[in-house]
Amino acid sequence: MSFAWAKQYEPKTALTKWLDEKLPLPRLVYNAVGAGYPVPRNLNYMWNFGVLAGFCLMIQIVTGVVLAMHYAANQAVAFATVEHIMRNVNWGWALRYAHANGASFFFIVVYLHIFRGFFYSSYKAPREMIWLLGVVIFLLMMATAFMGYVLPWGQMSFWGAQVITGLFSAIPLVGEPLQVWLLGGFAPDNAALNRFFSLHFLLPFVILGVVILHIWALHIPGSSNPTGVEVKSESDTVPFHPYYTAKDGFGLGVFLIAFATMVFFLPNALGHPDNYIEANPLSTPAHIVPEWYFWPFYAILRAFTGDLTIPFTGIVLIPAKLLGVIAMFGSILLWFILPWLDKSPVRSGHYRPLFNKFFWFGLIPAMIVLFVCGGAPAEEPYVILSQVATAYYFLHFLVILPIVSQIEVPKPLPFSITEAVLGKDAAAEARTGAGAAGDVGPLPEVSLQPAE
Amino acid sequence: MASDTAVISETGSEEGVRRRDWIHIAALSTAGVGGASLLFPLISQMAPSADVLAASTTDVDVSAIQPGQSIKAVFRKQPLFVKRLTPEEIAKAKADDGAPMRDPATLAERTKQGHEDILVTMGVCTHLGCVPLGAAEGENKGEFGGYFCPCHGSHYDVAGRIRKGPAPLNLRVPEYEFTSDAVIRVG
Amino acid sequence: MTIRLGGIIFGLAITAVMVLWSLIPGAYNLAFGPAPEKQPSAAFYEHGEGPAGGFSFDGPFGKWDVAQLQRGYQVYKEVCSACHSLKFVAFRNLRDLGYSEAEVDAEAATWTVPGIDPNTGEATTRPGEPTDYFPSPYPNAIAAAAANNNAIPPDLSLITKARHDGSNYLYSLLTGYGEPDPEKAKKVGFETPAGLYFNKHFPNVNIAMPPPLSIDGQVTYADGTDATIPQMAEDVAAFLTWTAEPSLVARKQTGWAVLGFLLFATALAFLSYKQIWAGVKPKKK
Repeated sequence: MSFAWAKQYEPKTALTKWLDEKLPLPRLVYNAVGAGYPVPRNLNYMWNFGVLAGFCLMIQIVTGVVLAMHYAANQAVAFATVEHIMRNVNWGWALRYAHANGASFFFIVVYLHIFRGFFYSSYKAPREMIWLLGVVIFLLMMATAFMGYVLPWGQMSFWGAQVITGLFSAIPLVGEPLQVWLLGGFAPDNAALNRFFSLHFLLPFVILGVVILHIWALHIPGSSNPTGVEVKSESDTVPFHPYYTAKDGFGLGVFLIAFATMVFFLPNALGHPDNYIEANPLSTPAHIVPEWYFWPFYAILRAFTGDLTIPFTGIVLIPAKLLGVIAMFGSILLWFILPWLDKSPVRSGHYRPLFNKFFWFGLIPAMIVLFVCGGAPAEEPYVILSQVATAYYFLHFLVILPIVSQIEVPKPLPFSITEAVLGKDAAAEARTGAGAAGDVGPLPEVSLQPAE
Repeated sequence: MASDTAVISETGSEEGVRRRDWIHIAALSTAGVGGASLLFPLISQMAPSADVLAASTTDVDVSAIQPGQSIKAVFRKQPLFVKRLTPEEIAKAKADDGAPMRDPATLAERTKQGHEDILVTMGVCTHLGCVPLGAAEGENKGEFGGYFCPCHGSHYDVAGRIRKGPAPLNLRVPEYEFTSDAVIRVG
Repeated sequence: MTIRLGGIIFGLAITAVMVLWSLIPGAYNLAFGPAPEKQPSAAFYEHGEGPAGGFSFDGPFGKWDVAQLQRGYQVYKEVCSACHSLKFVAFRNLRDLGYSEAEVDAEAATWTVPGIDPNTGEATTRPGEPTDYFPSPYPNAIAAAAANNNAIPPDLSLITKARHDGSNYLYSLLTGYGEPDPEKAKKVGFETPAGLYFNKHFPNVNIAMPPPLSIDGQVTYADGTDATIPQMAEDVAAFLTWTAEPSLVARKQTGWAVLGFLLFATALAFLSYKQIWAGVKPKKK
């Protein structure tokens, strides 16, 4: 699949011709991220984060493989081998700080990527599969990040492992044995540390595989764009290379400036001091918090403070612990059905006045509140705030979004991407000869040559 | 409008193209320099770390070694042979000083003045790094009565000099000094 | 349609459970329930601050003050090391403090480290060598607890990274000993428990560590600096910042080189990007 006007790869030298016959890898790259991939011409900077996320994955894999050459997953020495990396290994401090902050930046980039998707409804047909694979990537990232945080075997590592595996103990009947099975013991110890290391090494490559599927699925309908209007003609697109490679190159530079600032000047700002204290199974830190990127979900987990009881009987239907776990997993799993919850025919939040209001004045503040509360100690006013925000979070996706998409009157859409970019007159000029078509995706007609 | 979507090299005059290309070449080569310099930490992290490089010394008490006897010590994670030669062995080694050898050296060069009965060598065959036999009682000492490496059949003489077999060099004599008559400090 | 209906039902249900069983009882309790009790010690805690003028290594251009690190090392050696280990630091690392190789050899030899008798194999002690790590004052955690009223003195290698704003915290802690305001203490019924010491910069103001720096001139600095308590506290806080992150200054210097390069490369990338897009630049009316 591609647009009919997509450029074709033409090997020029004997070597590339031979390679194209035997293993058309250059052709694949050309069609995926080269001149052979036509992309809407109106993408804004929010569309930079897909490529940046891929770059983050590369940073993590490269620095991670290198760190694994010096790290030992044994509870007796794990903490000391991390210090060995920091003190003795050549450039070890830079590699470790890049890996630790790389995880944070990976999440920053992915959160922006996801919220771009929320605002521009990137999850809608024909791009549901891209979205579903994206949610899978996010879940795998969370698992990988959690297990990676355990490896330094500091206090937060240890108690994070204890608490997160403790979530599974909330499951009725099988919960407790499940937690023991996950840890390979009754508390985090060597068995848990070793298997977390093994999986922490494996999962990034699984993520890489799903990322390839994610990009493959993207190339079937092509990229979405800020208007939400599908590509109609060649004048709506530009080739990925050099237009978006150049733009992504610039975006990468800005990203790296921010990243280097953190790595070299504030390397521990996103971490927790307690993780520089070696794991102590006999003493829990005063405030245990997960890494910052889990805070919103941690807030949802803690928001459920009361058991679901039948009033006045004292019979507990669902204990608070299980409610919290259901809600926390549910808050992410519901993203899987998002494409079918929001039935608005219009994609972009720019043309959806009601949706726009709920997004900026509902969802974003709720996420910020959840973020702040997740990192705060479990005391008032954070508990109540997180409860209100949690309630809104579920209402937003599961109730408000389906209803808004039914009742909302969208603003008029531009006829085409070209029109959105150049204005009506110039665009009309550009599409001379193009048939008027509905919002149904790419047209088969090719190459509209405008009158000069 | 076609020029809108055309790649840049298709627009502008010859000179314009060249001037415009310049910035792309500069940007790409700068990115290349950046990428290449990232290789430096990634490669150098595999070199020995500071704790490995930190020079360490080993003290060995040689007073208890009887003539004809050897002991094995450990120096920088490698075996170290310390041998007290018998007068006959010293005579034999000196007699061989002039013999044709792959890596010529005299006994005097391989021991310290006044202590030429103490031979200190690394216990690492210079061929491929096995530990030669001959330091312990009853082991095969090879055809020249010194050390014998069983991996590929290198024969060293009483002064640890390579005499037969594939090894290219004599057993290495590490840097050491006598801190007293009884103790040597290696390293 | 089924998905949407199911979603709406689940959404309403979980929100109802949240509001009815968690939010409303919580809000009711907050409004009408008993106010949460505050620890009386909270009235005495004061957030600590670093030395006036800050440390030499603060900020993006910070550098070690080598003379200060040497003084701080002296304070560690003569005061802290009686109870606190420094297990991730080796004597060879003292080269960073401006000592020569010979000085490090001599300094290492002044410490006694555990060793093994080469003839009998029995545990013994020997003078330290540059490759040795700083020895622990106690053979194990139980001995450390037993000698210190059950409070194990923490290892100090990473202490300034293991506390929030660690260098300043450490300085304020070492200078924060004293007596609580007696009138205020009487009013809230606060008393420092026996065996603990009042320190207004310790999170719960009762610390198990007796004041380590108790009098001016407790150490005699080789460089003649006046060893006041704040001076010693600042010096040892600087030294322990170095032990926690020996690469701190190198890191910042590398950072400037990297940032300079990145700014240049990004500017070029921006120009290149603008050049490529010059023909398709959105010209909205």
